[in-house]
Amino acid sequence: MQELHGLTSTSEWTGVKLATLLEAAGLKPESAWVLAEGSDAAGLTRSVPLTAEVLSEAMVCYGQNGEALRPEQGYPIRLLVPGFEGNINVKWLRRLKVGTAPFMTRWETSKYTDLMPDGTAYQFTLVMEAKSVITSPSGRQQIRPGFHEIRGLAWSGRGRIVRVEVTVDGGHSWRTADLQEPVLSKCHTRFRLPWTWNGQETILQSRCIDDTGYRQPSREALIKVRGVESSYHYHAIQSWKIERDGRLRNIHL
Amino acid sequence: MDASETSICKRLAMSLIAALMAGCVLQKGRGEDGVAVRDLGHQAAVEEINLWNIDIGPNGEGLPPGRGTVPQGATIYAAKCAKCHGPSGTEGPMDRLVGGRQTLATASPLKTVGSYWPYATTLYDYIHRAMPLDAPQSLTAEEVYAVTAWLLHQNGIVAEDAVMDARTLPAVEMPNRHGFVPDPRPDVPSP
Repeated sequence: MQELHGLTSTSEWTGVKLATLLEAAGLKPESAWVLAEGSDAAGLTRSVPLTAEVLSEAMVCYGQNGEALRPEQGYPIRLLVPGFEGNINVKWLRRLKVGTAPFMTRWETSKYTDLMPDGTAYQFTLVMEAKSVITSPSGRQQIRPGFHEIRGLAWSGRGRIVRVEVTVDGGHSWRTADLQEPVLSKCHTRFRLPWTWNGQETILQSRCIDDTGYRQPSREALIKVRGVESSYHYHAIQSWKIERDGRLRNIHL
Repeated sequence: MDASETSICKRLAMSLIAALMAGCVLQKGRGEDGVAVRDLGHQAAVEEINLWNIDIGPNGEGLPPGRGTVPQGATIYAAKCAKCHGPSGTEGPMDRLVGGRQTLATASPLKTVGSYWPYATTLYDYIHRAMPLDAPQSLTAEEVYAVTAWLLHQNGIVAEDAVMDARTLPAVEMPNRHGFVPDPRPDVPSP
């Protein structure tokens, strides 16, 4: 599931707001981007736009889930930009350098750009759009006929999840799932739906809507626009096929 | 986290603030708790900043003195790069660096330095900071310029007698320089 859904995660973070640091340093009016550089062997660098949203939310973190950052999570400090692609959350942060334009590092040119069918590529597609996944039942599990609580996660880099819909018949009909509190902006939101499986082959899917009104698209609609070479930010509706023996696997509709 | 870890984290955060403050004019001097921010940590010396200030801008800002040629680059590439990227830059097993022109709009796009990278300066930045994988930042400026020259030549972008330096490298027009569009999303019609 993590490979299908892009290594998604949620934590409670503790740190200093990026805006506090930049204000202390004295941000010049023309400042528009900041380069974040890690102290890993490859000195990973990413450019972060200094939008009002980033300035109000981005943090330099030293704590995760109530303890110091673990070494593999970026100890002693790392950047965190809620809602953005994970690669921007530079671990082992050693330097922030403010500039007027993006720095065009390898990671934001050669990588993390989305190649379109016409040969052009989207760049700085930093926000992760609304996406959801049914975590139970899910791929490689096997279920028996009878009652099941369908459970899953939905999230959006643009804001709060307002609705999740689930189909248990391959998209013919959709039912609104319950959202489990707390429902937080740019954060995993749990959903659930009671269901009785009759033992017949079927397909489960979920789709979500965020508070900007954005609706998670179908795979078909996404591919029609973006083609099949832009996996970095893929967020289409995903399908679990249930066989008669109760085994689940990922399929493309 | 225990007290000593908290203390270490705070000290590091203060060092970061000090690094940020260097070269900047302080507009506000106090943090939310009333402590004067200028009293935290120490002012980073220019020599300290220079150790880390290694990024190269797309306009060439940050490029060091020195120069490198295609033949010099061929020798260095064969010794330090070919084992991962292949003898000609096309074989892999790691990222293909050469070829792929005219493939981006096909069913089998090949994204290489020549076919995809928009800025030649990024090549200098990345080779210097991250390559070779087992010894990053071990190449001299002359060596990085030379490997960059060789890779650009292998991709048919500069001539065999090209010399790369702080003046010539930013002037190299990469084939896919105008192939990128800023984030146009939302782009998929709402269902």
